[in-house]
Amino acid sequence: MRYSGLKVITEGLFGNKGWKPVWRDPAPKAEYDAIIIGGGGHGLSTAYYLAKNHGLTNIAVLEKGYIGSGNIGRNTTIVRANYFLPGNSEFYSHSLKLWEGLEAELNYNVMHSQRGLINLFHSDGQRDAFVRRGNSMINQGDDAILLDRDGVREHLPYLDFEQTRFPIYGGLLHPRGGTARHDAVAWGYARGADRRGVDLIQNCEVTGIDIEGGRVVGVQTTRGAIKARKVGMVVAGRSGQVAAMAGMRLPIESHILQAFVTEGLKPVIDHVVSFGMGHFYISQSDKGGLVFGGDIDFYASYASRGNLPMVEHVMEAGMTLMPMIGRAKVLRSWGGIMDMTPDGSPIIDKTPVEGLFVDAGWNYGGFKAVPASGWCMAHLMATGETHEVARRFRLDRFKTGHLLDEEGTGSQHNLH
Amino acid sequence: MRITCPLCGPRDRREFYYYGSEDYLTRPEGEDWDAIDAHLHLRDNPAGRTRDLWYHEMGCASWVLITRDTVSHQISDVVLVGDAAAGISAKMKSKAKAPAKGGAQ
Amino acid sequence: MRIEGKGLIDRAVPVRFRFDGVDYQGFKGDTLASALLANGVKLVGRSFKYHRPRGVLTAGSEEPNALVEIIEDRQQTPNVRATVQEIFDGLEAKSQNRWPSLGFDVLAVNDLAAPFLSAGFYYKTFMWPRALWERLYEPVIRRAAGLGSLSGRHDEADYEKAYAFCDLLVIGAGPAGLAAALQAARAGADVILADEHPVMGGRLLADTGAMDGKPAADWAAAALAELGAMPNVRLMPRTTVTGVYDGGTYGALERVGLHLPARPDLPRECFWRIVAGQAVLAAGAQERMIAFADNDRPGIMTASAIRTYLNRYGVAPGKRITIFANNDSARQTARDLMAAGVEVAAIIDVRADAPVAEDCPVYAGAVVVGTKGRKALRSITVLHRGAEIEVETDCLGVSGGWNPLVHLTCHMNGRPVWDAGIAAFLPKPGMVPGMRVAGAAAGEFSTAGCLASGSAMAREAMKALGRKAAPITLPTAEDGSYELLPLWEVKGKRRAWLDFANDVTIKDVRLSAQENFASVEHMKRYTTQGMAPDQGKNSNMGALAVLADATGRGIPETGTTTFRPPFSPVSIAAMGAGGRAEGFAPQRFLTSHTASVERGAPMIEAGMWYRPSYFPRPGESTWREACDREVAMVRSAVGVADVSTLGKIDIQGKDAARFLDLVYTNTFSTLPVGRVRYGLMLRADGHVLDDGTTARLGDTHFLMTTTTAAAGLVMRHLEFVAQAYCADWDVRIISVTENWAQFAVAGPKAKPLLDTITTVDLPFMGCAPVQVGQVAARLFRISFSGEQGYEIAVPARYGEALFRDLLARAETLGGGAYGMEALNVLRIEKGFITHAEIHGRTTAFDIGMEKMVSAKKDCIGKGAAARPGLVGPQRDQLVGLRPVTDAALSAGAHLFNPGEEVCRANDQGYVTSVCYSPTLGGSLGLAFLRNGRARHGEMVRLVDHLRKIDLLCEVCDPVFHDKEGVKLRG
Repeated sequence: MRYSGLKVITEGLFGNKGWKPVWRDPAPKAEYDAIIIGGGGHGLSTAYYLAKNHGLTNIAVLEKGYIGSGNIGRNTTIVRANYFLPGNSEFYSHSLKLWEGLEAELNYNVMHSQRGLINLFHSDGQRDAFVRRGNSMINQGDDAILLDRDGVREHLPYLDFEQTRFPIYGGLLHPRGGTARHDAVAWGYARGADRRGVDLIQNCEVTGIDIEGGRVVGVQTTRGAIKARKVGMVVAGRSGQVAAMAGMRLPIESHILQAFVTEGLKPVIDHVVSFGMGHFYISQSDKGGLVFGGDIDFYASYASRGNLPMVEHVMEAGMTLMPMIGRAKVLRSWGGIMDMTPDGSPIIDKTPVEGLFVDAGWNYGGFKAVPASGWCMAHLMATGETHEVARRFRLDRFKTGHLLDEEGTGSQHNLH
Repeated sequence: MRITCPLCGPRDRREFYYYGSEDYLTRPEGEDWDAIDAHLHLRDNPAGRTRDLWYHEMGCASWVLITRDTVSHQISDVVLVGDAAAGISAKMKSKAKAPAKGGAQ
Repeated sequence: MRIEGKGLIDRAVPVRFRFDGVDYQGFKGDTLASALLANGVKLVGRSFKYHRPRGVLTAGSEEPNALVEIIEDRQQTPNVRATVQEIFDGLEAKSQNRWPSLGFDVLAVNDLAAPFLSAGFYYKTFMWPRALWERLYEPVIRRAAGLGSLSGRHDEADYEKAYAFCDLLVIGAGPAGLAAALQAARAGADVILADEHPVMGGRLLADTGAMDGKPAADWAAAALAELGAMPNVRLMPRTTVTGVYDGGTYGALERVGLHLPARPDLPRECFWRIVAGQAVLAAGAQERMIAFADNDRPGIMTASAIRTYLNRYGVAPGKRITIFANNDSARQTARDLMAAGVEVAAIIDVRADAPVAEDCPVYAGAVVVGTKGRKALRSITVLHRGAEIEVETDCLGVSGGWNPLVHLTCHMNGRPVWDAGIAAFLPKPGMVPGMRVAGAAAGEFSTAGCLASGSAMAREAMKALGRKAAPITLPTAEDGSYELLPLWEVKGKRRAWLDFANDVTIKDVRLSAQENFASVEHMKRYTTQGMAPDQGKNSNMGALAVLADATGRGIPETGTTTFRPPFSPVSIAAMGAGGRAEGFAPQRFLTSHTASVERGAPMIEAGMWYRPSYFPRPGESTWREACDREVAMVRSAVGVADVSTLGKIDIQGKDAARFLDLVYTNTFSTLPVGRVRYGLMLRADGHVLDDGTTARLGDTHFLMTTTTAAAGLVMRHLEFVAQAYCADWDVRIISVTENWAQFAVAGPKAKPLLDTITTVDLPFMGCAPVQVGQVAARLFRISFSGEQGYEIAVPARYGEALFRDLLARAETLGGGAYGMEALNVLRIEKGFITHAEIHGRTTAFDIGMEKMVSAKKDCIGKGAAARPGLVGPQRDQLVGLRPVTDAALSAGAHLFNPGEEVCRANDQGYVTSVCYSPTLGGSLGLAFLRNGRARHGEMVRLVDHLRKIDLLCEVCDPVFHDKEGVKLRG
């Protein structure tokens, strides 16, 4: 069923009785050509591109909860390509290009909106660091504009420019940065994969990975054993547990990142604003809620909930940067489980077990990576070769020292 | 979240800095990169009981080794890293743990 | 309509307020909702999506419809619940989400287009042409969406945060909460009793039942008087416990000043962090709606809300009221109304065997199948024994049963359990450690049951705290049973609302199931059910039941969505109180701060510190002029700079030297007493952590200096290494950064200046205790400028005096103070690094200091630094850059080989620091260049797209000035 404005009208005229299920609920088959563990954004996009780009359709996505129940459904929806280290730049650049065609690709409105992202800086040193970043972005073929204080004021007149603690020196504007409707991304990829024959199997938890003679042969699940010669682990915060089933330890520690949404408000914030000095970023959803967040809670956790110190810190940062949001009321706070790596960059690679692949370590930047992550993971699983834009996302780079540390904070999982 | 510092008693979590897993306590010497990988990067990352390192930065400057649950956030034991590292007897450890039993955790 | 003799309002105190430009009068004790209802105002808002006219639905914080803007001078607060906002003289409220007026709202046209605006329609359209999404569709959607408006102006009002500690926190001051508080307080425990209402008592104030033969409100008042008089009890009215966190920590919002005209001496709100040994949740229960055709008209409300308005505020929300219920509790509303002389037109009871006792028409086994009245309810249609009966009514009270308010028990991921008996979810024990649930929140609906469970839960809490508590004597009270016939929806063709606030109807939920968004979370996210300001308090249960029905599953299998903090929305300003402006981060001031400001120095942020940028002299109009002069002054005479921000760490013990050998790459155990050595410190992962000098003050006593930025980091690192790896060593570490004020005295005339203070003569990299006047001071001969330099340290209390004294002496020698700008130029000229270069991704190898990593000993990070990715020609290495013309270099620019395309693949490196060097008369830069040390003398192209700079420069050694260090050594 193809979606369109016309379809919405014709269905509306006939009581909306004709809308078909957005995906099937197939029972797991005994064997697939490939299995993706994890029905989140990355898993679904991997399945979609395996089918679309590589013609692999006898595949299944195994999800222990419901489709999109992980971080794809609980993030702050920011889409950007403003990395500066070679290895990251080209990957996120590729991802943004995929975003820009995603509605047409999926025939699903994921509401990708390039509202512009502004990273603020508050010292000469920070300005230089952002100039380095902006130049990297342009060298990569993406966009960046350096704003001075007045330039920022033009875009974001509501900031507190008089605030004396960390005065705003300027900002780096990434015009193609923006937001998207997070759930819709999961649903769009899921629908696209399903339509290409991929089995999306919900409420199916993987409990074991079967390995024979150093090669993967299938998985054990709560819905029975399933055979497959290729298995991709795409389970974000749960990567540690799933990898352990294959006898592996990953360079990942799981942490909690909280996020917040306010009650609906008439439009007041147009851009995505990032206040690095205060670990605070904010945008306004199409529905009117201010969506914002800060840093992780800092201690390893699987609780999907956070504590007050970070809540208060985020609110304080909001008040120091843009005191006009003071009267907005926080409606809901939640926490996602972040798969933090020691250098803050992800992993898309083979593992020592033949046929077993890993896509993990997205820290708290996984949402914008969903299209390219799936694209590259599909490429890897289908061809056995690392995709060119993901060639630095090696599993063994920590051991060898080929690090991708954008923050420069070093080998400590919670600092990125 | 409240953490009972063995020296200072129950304190708010915001007095503490979190470092990471107790793997950091095992420091390899030389250029054994597998050992360095295990020391710095590879983690069991359990959903459940774990032992990790915290620093009472806004208190007594003690590094503490905390046994806690990463799912429930319940803290079951807090000992000084210095004691743990020096192999202080289990008896001493349970003594240090005593204040953690009463009141809010 | 106000009812004489009813309510707990103060009729002696009339209050004037304004709504949508019209003046009204209410009484002290009224909420905006009760006062509007008393004035006959039915229409108070417009719905989110269809802009349907809406009236007051509830009498509490769960209100989904009556959201208004409260207007102040140049400020406004959106989405305020009229049911919570107390009126005060001069209160001005405005309806929201309508244009041009509440009565005539253009976007009400959406209601006509409803067939095309079904759940999730926007995912299926607005995709073509792509450009129109951002240019047209989305802006239109954004403008139509949202509820109230922010003013766009800074919120200048006061907010506060506070901590509180107690043995027992009691949440909710209804019968269960009061009994719990009395029980614990009489046992001597420290008790906090928090309730979201201005007057405590909960349903005891809204119901007409008797306790010990007297009105329940009287018993509540007596209990509160007793509690209020006890020193171990803190009563917190207007305080909503909003969240449950680890370790018995609770977040709570107190509305301190919202019920009064703005006052400068009163914060609007206070956000509390309450740490409680134990807690009793006595939050009560909330009456739920039934979904039937057009059940959202103004005048339709919960039956208990009608009872509350009548008994508590003396207001009848209609003249001819009807009741639609599936249980007995709503009958009390009818009886109370009739007793107060209000006409009850009919009671429609779902149950075929419902009692027919009241003196009004009672339709047993009947349902409401339709309603009429666009801006106010006019009539309802009742289906009774197969016949449709039209009943004229201006107010319909609905009761679909009661939902225990279990929200707080779920904040730690606990899931409530389905209880078929009351057709609702109940908390399980232990969902929150240390929290027990009492009263209606635990499914105990009779007053006597609430009292008993409150007292019992408090006793259990006392036991957990190790306290004895004999059971208190409880009053006699109503002890009826609660039975209902679950009914979630009355099936029909017209839209029936579940989520009033987000305009989600039964059709939406069924469509969601039809499209296989069948998991409860999918349904929520697809339809937006439960995502509105009431967080689904009014609708989750009904939507869940409809979904269960649509998917053929039971309610327990369907499950619930997760309740997350806050229980009711909390302003960002309250949780962020204290964060504005300077409040955001601590400020650290130098002892010389005042003296620098007196000299006109702009003070800039350096981490938490403020440091002087430069010291302007008369006639200088730019920072560059001052900076150039200060640099020249240091190079030719003498300059004084406050360097107290550098971290100072005192390290003592028999193993102190051995310890330094472990944390530094180079060796310190060989350092003689009275000497200073530059040290390089690595992180465990082999990258440079920090650099600085360490002086040996005694055989077992060292003083380490760190950079300003890394002072805290290094301290933490040293403590870790000491405690984790050197537990049995004799070494102790303490930060003395704040204890000493330290000043650099640098330049060819530094020695002459110091000779006027002390006779001590130090060799390069020497240190010694000295007397400055009567003060014991420390003198170091170290330099960050490349000139002969000293640093002199005195206890912080003498800092300002010494600074002024040094300046005066320097000025007689043609010198003076220099600031951060000059300091930066001086160090770049010498190729000294800062955190612009050691930015966390660089190694000793990268900065050309691999020789400082001693081969003879182990140190932290040494092995990791040898990993193949961290050494070799592919690494970016520190170099100097000089432009071939007199152009200025640019920090953050990237480097390319001349002639190659400027793109990522050809990137050769980047510039970290630049300055104009008055000493060398040109622009200098420090940069990291691929294999740079082997490329001195080569040309590279520097490109800064952002600043539009593109020039050639020559790669050179990073030390530009006095390479041999002749001046340094003097």
